[in-house]
Amino acid sequence: MILPALFFYLFAGVCVASAVMVIVSRNPVHSVLYLILAFVNASGLFVLMGAEFLGMMLIVVYVGAVAVLFLFVIMMLDVDFTELREGFLEYLPIGLVIGGIFLAELLLVAGGWVMKPDAAKSITAAIPTNVSNTEALGLVLYTKYIHYFQLAGMVLLVAMIGAIVLTLRHKAKVKRQDINVQNARTPELAMAIRKVAPGQGLQDSDAAEWVK
Amino acid sequence: MTIGLGHYLAVAAILFTLGILGIFLNRKNIIVILMSIELILLAVNINLVAFSTFLGDIVGQVFALLVLTVAAAEAAIGLAVLVVYFRNRGSIAVEDVNLMKG
Repeated sequence: MILPALFFYLFAGVCVASAVMVIVSRNPVHSVLYLILAFVNASGLFVLMGAEFLGMMLIVVYVGAVAVLFLFVIMMLDVDFTELREGFLEYLPIGLVIGGIFLAELLLVAGGWVMKPDAAKSITAAIPTNVSNTEALGLVLYTKYIHYFQLAGMVLLVAMIGAIVLTLRHKAKVKRQDINVQNARTPELAMAIRKVAPGQGLQDSDAAEWVK
Repeated sequence: MTIGLGHYLAVAAILFTLGILGIFLNRKNIIVILMSIELILLAVNINLVAFSTFLGDIVGQVFALLVLTVAAAEAAIGLAVLVVYFRNRGSIAVEDVNLMKG
């Protein structure tokens, strides 16, 4: 009985500590690495709660895609990050005040909160006990919530198209392969055959046609 | 020493607060602001999954999945906008983003 509690405190502690490091770290690259640590520990919390699929999904999506995207952008942009940190201490008091108020409110709500007695009746789709978490999720996601699922796919599609449209640019100087032009090229267009008379060589009057 | 719903809600509350605090502390660095938003969305996800598992209702996990989708899309679009902005202005400082101010 002590082991789940121990793991909860391990995951929760590391998660919160690395979240702190995300926001106070000097180097954004370190911030991203701490963000990865926070997400890995959060996925540990998910597994502890019994949501294994979402725990693994968190690692795949956040660590595999989002964090790598952040790293990529940070390393691609040539920005002086020390300059961006100016004013950190200036904003610290107001940030701490507002953060403290927020935390106090949230903990008050979480502390003085009781379950409604008939809350169990309002359950929409109970978790089946005889199947795994992934299967249970699939059983409702692909039937009852298929429209939400497709909507999520549309959101991803729009995000993908939007990101490509935003960042794609054609440089005028770069030479690109044009298949149509290549295929339309015939021997007549590409070369000129000249009969060179002995002892005379090519004449200057032919010069205009050499550079065809 | 059993771990109940309240413990997970407390972790989520702390993460949410840290996300808010991160937005305040790093007002000039938009990359860290985006990371703070990711932390906030993670806190929301922990809340959804905690209620889902402790109430025995799988729908919370479906919604956590949707939040995950939106978070990934938001990060992709946000970083794309950031890259385009950096190309045009050569800076990503938040206080330089006042081109449309009248």
